[in-house]
Amino acid sequence: MFRRFQAPWQANTDTVTPKSLYLNRRKIMAAGGALALTGITGCGNAQSSTAQTPAGRHPSGPGTALDFRQTDYRISDPSTPYDAVTGYNNFYEFGVGKDDPARHAHAMTTSPWSISVEGLAERTGEFALADVIDFGALEERIYRLRCVEAWSMVIPWIGVPLGSVLQSFQPSSEARYVQFETYLNRDEMRGTRFRVLDWPYVEGLRMDEAVNELAFLAVGLYGEVLPNQNGAPIRLVVPWKYGYKSIKSIRAIRFTAEQPDTSWNLSAPHEYGFYSNVNPNRAHPRWSQSSERVIGGGVFARRETEMFNGYEEQVASLYEGMDLLVNH
Amino acid sequence: MISAADLTRTFNRNWLNPLAFWLLAAPGIWLIWQWGLLLTGHPNALGFNPIETTHRFLGDTALRILLLSLAVSPVRDLTPWRSVMKIRRRIGLAAFWYAFAHVLAYLGLDLLIAAGMNPLGALAGLWDDVAERIYITLGMIAFIGLVPLAVTSFNAMIRKLGSANWQRLHWLVYPTAVLAVFHYGYMVRGEQLSPWVHGAILALLLAYRGFKAAKRTLK
Repeated sequence: MFRRFQAPWQANTDTVTPKSLYLNRRKIMAAGGALALTGITGCGNAQSSTAQTPAGRHPSGPGTALDFRQTDYRISDPSTPYDAVTGYNNFYEFGVGKDDPARHAHAMTTSPWSISVEGLAERTGEFALADVIDFGALEERIYRLRCVEAWSMVIPWIGVPLGSVLQSFQPSSEARYVQFETYLNRDEMRGTRFRVLDWPYVEGLRMDEAVNELAFLAVGLYGEVLPNQNGAPIRLVVPWKYGYKSIKSIRAIRFTAEQPDTSWNLSAPHEYGFYSNVNPNRAHPRWSQSSERVIGGGVFARRETEMFNGYEEQVASLYEGMDLLVNH
Repeated sequence: MISAADLTRTFNRNWLNPLAFWLLAAPGIWLIWQWGLLLTGHPNALGFNPIETTHRFLGDTALRILLLSLAVSPVRDLTPWRSVMKIRRRIGLAAFWYAFAHVLAYLGLDLLIAAGMNPLGALAGLWDDVAERIYITLGMIAFIGLVPLAVTSFNAMIRKLGSANWQRLHWLVYPTAVLAVFHYGYMVRGEQLSPWVHGAILALLLAYRGFKAAKRTLK
């Protein structure tokens, strides 16, 4: 059975959780430490009683509490309220409206789940989710997600570093890139009836980007198994790139020698490059990228967009000598 | 005994105009009401990105009412409801007001806030957007195209211009509507159905006028 990890020092990290969280029982779990701060005793018990894990429920069902440890990968800005993180999504396989994924993604079968590993690696084939992700080694990372549509959120993800997972497949030295592919089932994904993009959705990274310490594979958020609209059961999180690079509901991983196709790049190459690093200096033909709306931060909340979404220190070296306006 | 013709006449004289007014105003009233709820911390229908919702709602409404205004004369020609012409100006003006609100919302809720409430910074942002982003370029031209139509929509202006000049000027509504649909089409990401549906309706309305003009020439 899953148990929630709680350390005494958890309290100070949870003070970043906005007030609106306290309005919902579900999210009180995620703010367990904050309860302790306000002087409510016995909050451990309160948590287990509010946890939505009735006996017999499949542990991978969305909303199930996960066991994880805290890390230093956290930004101090307030986390975006759970309702916004799970109610305002781009997942075009379920429709182009921001509320379409929350309404329709429940139709997607996420269990059992297997991932096909292909291409230039020692270990290839079909792997069950539990063979790809070590559920005993989950950690939390609070990253900013910057959408190319000039809005951002702060999301506490639960998962494992991408690099460790990729290394476990023992990619060969010719593997210079890795491509990811989203699950595609036209009966379950009503948005694929219309060819908004060339389904299935694909994304890719250069190998050195993929093994960067920040690249992350998430299986949960706010301490719980990912809701379907957020890319259950497993999705990529590359916080220094625009949100569409963080591909959802991954069903294939491919090691390649050549730069792989990526969906938005195929759709509009001048707008969406392969790298798609957050870059306030590149005037995007659709949205000015110099600032962003802060979702859940108040009606008029805006912030200046930072180079590499604020992760310059960790990733700038990957692009040394490259013209980022050309290689956008 | 009151006849059906009497009822129709009474409706057209007393009810058609106010009814059209309130129907056309309804989306705006709804939007203001939702903002009232939002700003007073109540549950509302504007979602997690209220400003984006506002832009989309005002743009959709302006475009749809503009298409509606272009449907008035076909309705007059093809149905018995000839008095629909009485509300054509009202519909056209409503399209202008929603487009105006759309532009104001963009200037005030996006550019001004992004520029830290500095009006000059907002103007610089406007210039960048118009120069660099094709959908904004098209949208701005479309809006500017509506301005002379709205300004000359009053009886006094029609008399002053003369019917022929007025008609010639108001022909502008066609390219403006085309630009508005392209503005929408370039705005959405990927291949989306909605701009095509609006474009198809506009194409039909324009084709109808084309056929009518061709018929007139051939006679």
